Amino acid sequence: MELSALTIHESQKLLATGATSSVALTTAFLARMAAVEPTVAAYITENREQALLQAAAADSMRARGAGGPLCGIPLAIKDVICTKGLRTTAGSRILENFIPPYDATVMVKLQEQGAVCLGKTSMDEFAMGSGNENCAFGTPHNPWNRDYICGGSSGGSAAAVAADECLASLGSDTGGSIRQPASHCGMVGLKPTYGRVSRFGLLAFASSLDQIGPITKDVTDAAIMLNALAGHDPRDSTSARQATPDYTRALVTGLTGLTVGVPREYFGAGLDPEVAEVVRHGIDQLKAAGAEIKEVSLPHTEYGVAAYYIIAPAEASSNLARYDGIRYGRRDMEADTLMELYSRSRSQGFGEEVKRRILIGTYALSSGYYDAYYKKASQVRTLIVEDYRQAFSQCDILVSPVTPTPAWKIGEKVSDPLSVYLSDLLTIPGNLAGVPGMSVPCGFSSSGLPIGLQLQASHFDEETMLRVAYNLEQRLDVAGRKPLL
Amino acid sequence: MTISQKEVLKVANLARLQLSPQEAEQMTDQLATILGYVAKLDEIDCRAIAPTTHVLAIENAFRADAMQPSLSQAEALGNGPLQNGEAFVVPRII
Repeated sequence: MELSALTIHESQKLLATGATSSVALTTAFLARMAAVEPTVAAYITENREQALLQAAAADSMRARGAGGPLCGIPLAIKDVICTKGLRTTAGSRILENFIPPYDATVMVKLQEQGAVCLGKTSMDEFAMGSGNENCAFGTPHNPWNRDYICGGSSGGSAAAVAADECLASLGSDTGGSIRQPASHCGMVGLKPTYGRVSRFGLLAFASSLDQIGPITKDVTDAAIMLNALAGHDPRDSTSARQATPDYTRALVTGLTGLTVGVPREYFGAGLDPEVAEVVRHGIDQLKAAGAEIKEVSLPHTEYGVAAYYIIAPAEASSNLARYDGIRYGRRDMEADTLMELYSRSRSQGFGEEVKRRILIGTYALSSGYYDAYYKKASQVRTLIVEDYRQAFSQCDILVSPVTPTPAWKIGEKVSDPLSVYLSDLLTIPGNLAGVPGMSVPCGFSSSGLPIGLQLQASHFDEETMLRVAYNLEQRLDVAGRKPLL
Repeated sequence: MTISQKEVLKVANLARLQLSPQEAEQMTDQLATILGYVAKLDEIDCRAIAPTTHVLAIENAFRADAMQPSLSQAEALGNGPLQNGEAFVVPRII
């Protein structure tokens, strides 16, 4: 078997017995990247030389008996997470030359374990998009069919895992940006509870919604990655103080005693019949594993997208005010006045979708419109949070599709932003409520595109989510299938 | 609710963005479509509902008032597109 085709837990065994080394693993991934990047384009920046040095350091760490479970494991990192000394663009021209002077907390945690960083993956500019078509440095292709989007905004992170260009990756999820590309690429994507993973060093899009999480080849790897990432961080004031369990202990066979809720609003009009069929089949597997299946209702689901497209742009318009052309990022050198410097640098540096969201957000927060838009959306958010509370009083986990359709063709929706926004209607409510969510590979469309199943759990109950995901994976013959590249 | 091109240009100015006439026209159409969709929220009577800005209870995050390492001046200035080794350089404002 090719080293690049392994999972994290399989690699760990080979590293532990000395059957392979981190240098050998990393070399295999660098070769794989050289072979398939012309087809997939998952990376914005490759970290070839440093990756090999990190791998050598990991091998000596292991020889000393040091390092964590991810010692020597080659990973890809979404280009919105600050990596000290390694260019971090957020997919934007405005940060084309930005070299962070510090590491995000998640990077520090990975480095302490001895993980290797292969490079920074492609993404929609500032994580704003659902097809990775808003990246200033090109659009990656879906490894299962290169005419199709790999999803977004963590599109490169999902494509890199699916194409065996890394063992696992980090993404970020503000309205589905881990779960949706994982679903479109046939990988496991996990968005932790808001606050579970530190956001320090994550370039901010919408601070009350953003959360970092892993994209992996299987559920066991997701648990291993979450073990490394989770935990309180004094440098993120919204970071949760909850104790973090060993998530790999949640991976037990059997779902007896568990109630699975199927929210009826997630199976409404617009759901592709093939997606519905694949997800229904997945639900049957959970029943066969011993779970009780119960229909539940999240009545305000249909308002999620509308509330989100006020709240997220409002927060973004404030967060992105920092890109002023002065302290970092692109600067217009011709400007004579401060006002011109701001507006010219920003207008040249930001792409169309980012400008659109800044305009929506600024409008929604502007004098005279605040009550009609931002306040109203925040009130609807309360109703959505309450929906989840009610649902979780009747069940332990929610099961649904991740997206209403499989991936669409690259270029198909570029002139219709609202139709792209609406495609996120099944993932957005989870961000508004802050609950953990996960996409698990569940099947394929008749044209061979992957279809994921979404799990959502109550706050801080990633363990139940992982347990259900693990049982689903065991009963389906989906994980381990590879795209032909 | 609809939005005029004049309002779009006003908002662009507040956000420190310049739009070409073509961009202004396109953004006006698209923002009108998006705001038209968002008006769906008006179906719900929210008068008695408290807004949520943050889903989890937040406690104040205190830390000891102690010296900690921080970026050096050179590191902090390192990404500045125009700086003189001591400060970021900006156009004259006074």
